[in-house]
Amino acid sequence: MNKQKIKNKIKETNNSWFYTDIVKDHFFNPKNFLTDKEAKNYKADGVGIVGSSACGDVMKMWIRVKNNKIIDCKWQTFGCASALASTSVLSTMVIGMKLEDAKKITPQDIIKKLGGLPQIKIHCSVLGDQALRKAIEDYEGKKVK
Amino acid sequence: MESIYLDHSATTYVRPEVLKSMISYFSEYYGNPGSMHRIGLTAKQAIDTARKITAEILNCDPEEIIFTGSGTESINMAIQGIAERGDHIITTNTEHHAVLHTCQFLEKRGVEVTYLPVNQKGLITPEQVEKAIKKNTKLITIAYANNEIGVIQPISQIGNISKKRKIYFHTDACQAGLYLDLNIKNLNVDMMTLNSSKVYGPKGVGMLFVDRSVKIRPILFGGSQEQGLRPGTENVPGIVGFATALKIGQKEKQKENIRLENIRDYLIQELLKISDTKLNGDPKKRLPNNVNVSFDGVEGESIILRLDEKGFCVSTGSACTSRSLEPSHVIQALYGSDKKEIAHGSIRITLGKKTTMNNARNFVEVIKDVVSGLREISPVYK
Repeated sequence: MNKQKIKNKIKETNNSWFYTDIVKDHFFNPKNFLTDKEAKNYKADGVGIVGSSACGDVMKMWIRVKNNKIIDCKWQTFGCASALASTSVLSTMVIGMKLEDAKKITPQDIIKKLGGLPQIKIHCSVLGDQALRKAIEDYEGKKVK
Repeated sequence: MESIYLDHSATTYVRPEVLKSMISYFSEYYGNPGSMHRIGLTAKQAIDTARKITAEILNCDPEEIIFTGSGTESINMAIQGIAERGDHIITTNTEHHAVLHTCQFLEKRGVEVTYLPVNQKGLITPEQVEKAIKKNTKLITIAYANNEIGVIQPISQIGNISKKRKIYFHTDACQAGLYLDLNIKNLNVDMMTLNSSKVYGPKGVGMLFVDRSVKIRPILFGGSQEQGLRPGTENVPGIVGFATALKIGQKEKQKENIRLENIRDYLIQELLKISDTKLNGDPKKRLPNNVNVSFDGVEGESIILRLDEKGFCVSTGSACTSRSLEPSHVIQALYGSDKKEIAHGSIRITLGKKTTMNNARNFVEVIKDVVSGLREISPVYK
């Protein structure tokens, strides 16, 4: 193979990355995450955390709520690329959303928004919606008190 | 951007001298070594020479070398060709899946297996092996060097025990081919597996050394190639390439080992400066080209994909890349299955002929950023 052919081959490979371009974008440039430093001063109305580090995935979500609408959403994730990307994309989906609609988000909605995930990876993104629901429950629990 | 390949334990490239030695056996001397005409004989001579070269390296007779299709195939041949219902096998809990899954299969067929637990450094002792021997122990199979953490087991001492107790001893030496002593007389083994694709040879070729005293049954049936143990037309170019690769590797071994150990130790020293980082496996009793570390609070797949983006190719013991959702059994064997997160955050860096100290320095800088970037958004790292 000459050099040009090798270059083309590598280019082809880049186009057939393991994940979709949307996953890639959210993995390399995650949106709305919260660093530990920022988390100290972040005034959340609800927080939810799911998963375990033994299983390889932990997701934490912070939400701020006004008039039954999510006005801000932040997150931290321990996990693989699709776990990070699915939390990131979920955060972009829910900002501005009514709580009752946010509660209805399913893993399939997240996967669709990512342009699909490899079959083996689907369990990872299941956690994002659970973390969000926990955060909403946390907010609603506080409100009752 | 050119990628820096640090995954030589996965596979190596075919070195140019090896490729050159193979070329004429594809379409010039393409004969079947089993044919009696001259085109067949040329092919036969080529594999005879390859067998002789390999036998010289192993210090055995050429007839004791069986060429196969891969390391996995050799391992299956060595285990399934020996153990029968009612027999007992001794192995370790950090073997390659080629060994573990074959043993698990045989357990369903009435073979008893003991999986010796390694210590926190990944090592077993000859005493452990001796204690595990039973009346019906037929075979001991232990890897020379581990494929994930590169630790080197005391093969020669275990071989002494197996000889004394008249038990067959097989070692999976796939990772050792370039770096360790392959003299079977020093190692006291009855069978040894090697693999071409880890020693700068072509993929699709392996080898099993079988001492002539070993009574082994074929597990594949067909023609009488490779003494009836490996029927099927021989992979002539592959076998030629494998022998060439082994020979050059042995010649360069001493000098290359010193060079690689130097880079390995630099990497270990610098990576351990990153906080909450652990070296997996014994620091000294390990292959000159292997570094395996775990970073607290980050997951392996994320690390390797971000490293790949920066041009470095490494691998991980995380579940996410295992296709089984179960992280590395080797790392779990070191610390216990209740510490799965150490396996999830493990990274294997394996050096090769083209790896330079400069590559290592750049790698350290990049991985520092990658780990701290992922820790920043990790809810479990505090």
